[in-house]
Amino acid sequence: MSDVNNEALEQAPIKLVMNQLPAIDVPFESPLHHVELAKIAEHGESQGGVVFRELSLGLLTLRCTPNAEQATSIEAILGVALPSKPLTSVSSASGELTVMWISPDEWLLQVPQDKAFELETRFFAEVGGHYSLVNVSGGNTVFELSGEDVVKVLKKSTPIDFHDSEFPVGKVVSSVFAKSGATICRTAEQSYQLVVRRSFADYLWLWLQDASKEYGLTVTC
Amino acid sequence: MFHIFCPHCGEYREEEEFHAKGEAHIARPLDPDACSDEEWGEFLYFRKNPRGIHHELWVHAAGCRKFFNITRNTQTYEILEVYKLGETPSVVAE
Amino acid sequence: MSQKNRLQDGGRIDRSKPLTFTFNDESYQGYAGDTLASALIANGVDVIGRSFKYSRPRGFVAAGAEEPNAVVQLGATEATQIPNVRATQQSLYQGLVAASTNGWPSVETDLMGLVGKIGGKMMPPGFYYKTFMFPQSMWPTYESYIRKAAGLGRASKEKDVDIYDKMNQHTDVLVVGAGPAGLMAALSAAQGGARVIIADEQSEFGGSLLSSKETIDGKPAMEWVAQVVAELNEFDDVLMLPNSQVNGYHDHNFLTIQQHCTDQFADRAPNGAVAQRLHRVRAKWVVLATGAHERPLVFGNNDVPGCMQASAVSTYINRFGVVPGNELVLMTSNDGAYQTAIDWHDAGRHVVAIVDARKNPQGSLIDAARERGISIMVGSGLIEVQGSKRVTGVSVAPLNESGDKVTGAVAKLKADTVASSGGWSPVIHLSCHTGARPVWDDEVIGFLPGPTVQKQLTAGAINGAFTTQAALSQGIQAAADALASLGLEVTDLSLPKTEEVIQDKAMALFHIPHNKPTSKAPKQFVDYQNDVTAAGIELACREGFESIEHVKRYTAMGFGTDQGKLGNINGMAIAAKALQKSIPETGTTIFRPNYTPVTFGAIAGRDCGELFDPKRFTAMHAWHVEQGAKFEDVGQWKRPWYFPKGNETMQEALNRECLATRESVGILDASTLGKIDIQGKDAREFLGRVYTNAWAKLAVGKCRYGLMCGEDGMVFDDGVTSCLGENHFLMTTTTGGAAHVLEWLELYHQTEWPEMEVYFTSVTDHWSTMTISGPNSRKLLEKLTDDDVSKDYFAYMDWKQMTVAGVPARVFRISFTGELSFEINVQANYGMHVWKALFESGEEFNLTPYGTETMHILRAEKGFIIAGQDTDGSVHPFDLGMPWAVAMKKPFSFIGKRGMQREDCVRADRKQLVGLKTVDPTVVLPEGAQGVFDPNAPIPMPMVGHVTSSYWSACLGRSIAMGFVKGGHDKMGEKVFYPLVDGRVVEAEICQPIFLDPKGERQHV
Repeated sequence: MSDVNNEALEQAPIKLVMNQLPAIDVPFESPLHHVELAKIAEHGESQGGVVFRELSLGLLTLRCTPNAEQATSIEAILGVALPSKPLTSVSSASGELTVMWISPDEWLLQVPQDKAFELETRFFAEVGGHYSLVNVSGGNTVFELSGEDVVKVLKKSTPIDFHDSEFPVGKVVSSVFAKSGATICRTAEQSYQLVVRRSFADYLWLWLQDASKEYGLTVTC
Repeated sequence: MFHIFCPHCGEYREEEEFHAKGEAHIARPLDPDACSDEEWGEFLYFRKNPRGIHHELWVHAAGCRKFFNITRNTQTYEILEVYKLGETPSVVAE
Repeated sequence: MSQKNRLQDGGRIDRSKPLTFTFNDESYQGYAGDTLASALIANGVDVIGRSFKYSRPRGFVAAGAEEPNAVVQLGATEATQIPNVRATQQSLYQGLVAASTNGWPSVETDLMGLVGKIGGKMMPPGFYYKTFMFPQSMWPTYESYIRKAAGLGRASKEKDVDIYDKMNQHTDVLVVGAGPAGLMAALSAAQGGARVIIADEQSEFGGSLLSSKETIDGKPAMEWVAQVVAELNEFDDVLMLPNSQVNGYHDHNFLTIQQHCTDQFADRAPNGAVAQRLHRVRAKWVVLATGAHERPLVFGNNDVPGCMQASAVSTYINRFGVVPGNELVLMTSNDGAYQTAIDWHDAGRHVVAIVDARKNPQGSLIDAARERGISIMVGSGLIEVQGSKRVTGVSVAPLNESGDKVTGAVAKLKADTVASSGGWSPVIHLSCHTGARPVWDDEVIGFLPGPTVQKQLTAGAINGAFTTQAALSQGIQAAADALASLGLEVTDLSLPKTEEVIQDKAMALFHIPHNKPTSKAPKQFVDYQNDVTAAGIELACREGFESIEHVKRYTAMGFGTDQGKLGNINGMAIAAKALQKSIPETGTTIFRPNYTPVTFGAIAGRDCGELFDPKRFTAMHAWHVEQGAKFEDVGQWKRPWYFPKGNETMQEALNRECLATRESVGILDASTLGKIDIQGKDAREFLGRVYTNAWAKLAVGKCRYGLMCGEDGMVFDDGVTSCLGENHFLMTTTTGGAAHVLEWLELYHQTEWPEMEVYFTSVTDHWSTMTISGPNSRKLLEKLTDDDVSKDYFAYMDWKQMTVAGVPARVFRISFTGELSFEINVQANYGMHVWKALFESGEEFNLTPYGTETMHILRAEKGFIIAGQDTDGSVHPFDLGMPWAVAMKKPFSFIGKRGMQREDCVRADRKQLVGLKTVDPTVVLPEGAQGVFDPNAPIPMPMVGHVTSSYWSACLGRSIAMGFVKGGHDKMGEKVFYPLVDGRVVEAEICQPIFLDPKGERQHV
């Protein structure tokens, strides 16, 4: 029998919380698995104005309009309060968790992959009232773009204003990206995270290679 | 290309992030079954097409995915205000 | 060939850097700093092309964007062809290859010229409309003739090898034009702390100062320019874009700039470099400092090569060290143009005469000309030019006070160059792009930018402020206005000092009269590019075209890539006079984007080739590719269409896939289906409102199919929704409808029912979905899971959590094939693993992958609809024969309920979905074929509905089809006929749209 059996479903029939990670060692294929980034990192360009990395993280979409009680219990679980200011993000002290504002009633939570189920379980146990927390780790991937020419590549890809005065570290926006979309968070002076949908990952990887060409693109793992 | 202030994100964004959803304030009749064919047809199909001030429903499709309203001058393309659902426009045609 | 017109020194060219280039297959030399135009003039090339309609030889008129004639085809190789390049804007580089655009059969041969000369009488304005309207069948012939003769340039026949790019920019202030006004505005704005972009079409900043002998702050003007550029360079937030044409001004201060990145030094961009970049700029403020174009005067044969704008002549002399001739006659209505005669004289060439239409002009430039001993003929007009490929002489006659009548004898002068100036027209094109109507100004003798709703400021000659002093001061003012509005500090900038020039009043002269009536006089060109003459405009007015917009369309004035830069004002003035109205009364046409032609490359940017449209892949895509799948586009998804083996034809592959599935087990990658996670205590009620059927009693662990309709009652999507928890559902949608359905749900939640506690989250990409279908699918699944998948424990339309191949999965017992089926969903990062594991275990069952086409056949055998194929937005569930999917008694009036009850929706003769069996079972009806009840009815036959789905069914050994037939539900067993394009008429019997296992026994095992 599997670890997550249908008894759990019967015990907790309001919502389904499911550990989606295999208990045994099973090959994990990120959306850019076929690109073999590790090989490119080893044999590709070692210098360039743009640095690319794919991160495989646990991602969860939280939908909620938190009342005081919910806000308290959510903060207790996350260790940080949900950022209520539009277009901002917060990270836990350990850096293990980041919460990105997506919409007045939506946040994207980033945690290590194996922490997603734990987070869902705690929410289910500790947060009352109306909310939804959905594991979307498989549906998205995270591109980390950095380097001195990173903003130029971003400006080719999205109509967002990346000037320091408009886009400080920690800001997060969802926008169009090339002919797809992305949630973009500035994580450091010259570093940005792009949360993109799995099915568009290959297209966006091609796009980013093309747009970075004139500056040189380096891949790291 | 419009430059649209999203009242939820709190900043201006490019038109390509948004979808226009037609005339604003078209409320679904509370009791559709009580509507005559004519009334239902009115709700379904008939829309204003003014020259000048117009209220439109838009959605920040690539952003926060929230719907909101715009008061726009259809002649000059000026956006005179944006306001959230449930709010009333402050700029109206005379 | 030597550069016979090149001066020994002077100008901003680098004589130490000679460049070789080719024009019309001849090799020439120029220098770094030249434009293609200045280099050709240096080499004595007079004829650059042939005119559009009359095929007259044409030469250079201008030195900038307003050049109407010198429009060339650029490119050393087929792959690097660029059409419609203005030679006056194209920097010269080593190895440049250009050719006349407009020179069939060749610029020097008069073959078309002969046609043109005769054609002049044959081709009055409106000629195309009048002559080519009928017969319509001849249009392709006319069109190819016109196109060839018109020489509109051509795109490359090969793939463009260059890289084009787009970049989004944001700025506080965008300054258009880097002349004195623009530079001053940019500097002032930058010093005030604003983010600034300044763009100019020329390779160097300076605008009018590039060819001026003025001083600023006591230094040559270009030293001041260099200093300002250096200062601007110091600001992080200033972006300077030379070689960049601001081409379009759109709503809400959105402007496009075409930057030529490598065009100025290479035919083909160096490896990896971007050839052209389109900047898409959102500016808080725009400062238009676009300057003015000198208006040439309209006189007889004013298009003969050698006739130029006065200022262009000065530009060639002062900026490029090129004198475009030996013997100059200057025709002017104002003081400013005297500078050209002075420049010509100072370059050591002979000024034959200055012809001034004014009776008694006085001013410092006039004095300077007199001091040089230049002969000035006042109160006179240059009425006609002699020559064909080059000016050989001119006719001058005295004019009356108002300049509309020749009053005396005609004198002839020898000359090879005519410079003319009718004053300056502010370059208001960009201001017009957003719809602002230009306003006539009698003082300026030109149109000024009209009132606008844009955050737009103007500075310099665009306002009719033609002196450098005024330009500088208006530049500062524009920046100050922008800064104040941006809440930025205005620094106190001192106005640079310039020389004062005293000028006399200019005369409003556009069209110089001839001693013959206009219609009999030699052609007096208004719009060179479109071959519009003064006589043509007068004819249009006589023929009753009173609106300037009509005159424009009748004559083609201001059309095309020229957009009336030189001709429009003269044309308006001539039309106004012919209509006996004032110019403001006549009004003006407005200019459209783009200001100059933009390459398709720049517009496309990187969105071409592989990147033209995103391709969406599932987690198993690499496997499909490896297996040689043929793919089908479904939205942006690449879905396997079928998996041919060996030399199989498509039909053979489909037959094999269908039979394998029905006989053993097949597998489909169904990951592309839209999936929406729905949570909240009102989720169930919400489903009841957006689906047509009932959801109140769907138990946890159960799945249900539903139809989604619009308020009009018409079906737009369908899918299975499963109850994961009492307040938790997973909705599936069609592949193509996923995004729309999610937005639809949000729309109703946000606008109509915000009180409902429900949230929607897309999980389409999160789950990999693989459907195993066929009698052996349970046996296959059993091999990969320890969980109970027996019929009794795991019934049809149930879903279970289990572990499949070691991966936690949600498995749904739903079926789109009519077979025993399991839809296995795992987190997409493990999708490939589970897929491969299924194949490892499936070998003994001949597990066969199938694609969308087999899926379509298998579902059609069962009569299952595909939303979007068997529906088209005009059919409701009853039309589809699916009353079982509508719960009319639900308490809430669900979306679509009222709509599907409208009078028109309950007609008995609506088109209804039925099954169709061709009488000849081997004939497969084409999808889209229109049915008729009586194939012998006279044409137009009454059409009764079309075929929506049609396939060869290998399982049934015959063709099957579904389609709409008027009143079809009551016509079972009756015949319907399909007349096809090839003349055949296919007869089919109307039947229930279910061809296999009508009781559904196979899926319930």
